[in-house]
Amino acid sequence: MMPWYAVLLLAAGTYAYRVAGPLLGHRLALSDRLRHLLAVAAAVLLVALAATGALTQGHGFAGWARPAGVLVAGVLAWRRAPFPVVVVAGAVTAAVLRLCGVG
Amino acid sequence: MDMRSLLRTLEHATVRDIALVCLADGLVGASFGAISVSGGLPLWVPIALSVLVFAGGSQFAAVGVVLSGGGALAAVATGLVLNARLLPFGFAVADVLQGPWWRRMFGAQMLTDESAAFALQHGDPRRRRAAFWLCGVSLFVAWNVSVLLGGLAGGLIGDTDVLGLDAAFPAVLLALVLPSLKDRGTRTAAAAGAVVAVVVTPFVPGGLPVLLALVGLLFAGRPRPAEAQESHGEAPPDRPVAEPGVAVGVVKEDVR
Repeated sequence: MMPWYAVLLLAAGTYAYRVAGPLLGHRLALSDRLRHLLAVAAAVLLVALAATGALTQGHGFAGWARPAGVLVAGVLAWRRAPFPVVVVAGAVTAAVLRLCGVG
Repeated sequence: MDMRSLLRTLEHATVRDIALVCLADGLVGASFGAISVSGGLPLWVPIALSVLVFAGGSQFAAVGVVLSGGGALAAVATGLVLNARLLPFGFAVADVLQGPWWRRMFGAQMLTDESAAFALQHGDPRRRRAAFWLCGVSLFVAWNVSVLLGGLAGGLIGDTDVLGLDAAFPAVLLALVLPSLKDRGTRTAAAAGAVVAVVVTPFVPGGLPVLLALVGLLFAGRPRPAEAQESHGEAPPDRPVAEPGVAVGVVKEDVR
């Protein structure tokens, strides 16, 4: 469940990031090291989310159909297939595998 | 400043690229709405997130954490770490947001990976401002409308596993993050983080594995010299990136 206070906290924090530059831009600067770290942190979180989302359900293994679908989508994304193709191919692969009895 | 004068200020190619980015992000937004609602969240959650947070990657992340059984605070923490990259963007385009305080406050909400990238392509202050506002406002409208439509469609879907929609969520994230993995240090950090997250999943409360993935940052390496130079804003890139379909979650070095 996603309570309303969680939505507001995330919104307020995100707005603070956005408005800091326009408000303080002339008074302080961010180091290149920090910029780099923030960019890498974003990529690390997204990949970790994709990996746990693909492989796990609750505290266990998600079954083979889902990671197989994500793998197909990942290969297509890497081959620069259009976004809708990537997503639909991932879902269809998982759905067809389940239809064939793969967990 | 009205829309028509913004359009006059910008060259045709920029306007077209902005439209393409809106279209691509619209598809991402529709998937976000559909996945959230078909996963079991009430329609107001994706809508409120889209209007108030307005940052695709973190919206997917927060909803993903919650749908996989994580706590609300873990979802907020993940979203906030993810959105921290908006901080340097804000400093990079601070000059664009001038004028009365209410316009600066409103303009700050229009700051996204995409609007920052389009603004940074232009050296001339007037064009810079026009690109930022046109991209920011059109994207805000396109994003929220498509999330609403996707959410309504998601409510019609019965069993999401039969349709394989549970695979769509990680698939969207992969499509979003792939362009930022060109950098070797980022790739190593992300791989290490993913292994940590998956390995600890059976043992820690939901939502925590993804945050623990941040230990991968130890492998991040140093910024490339080219990147350090560009981030001072002295040499704006000459060509837009507008790589439709991957725009929402992309980190800055790849948007350029």
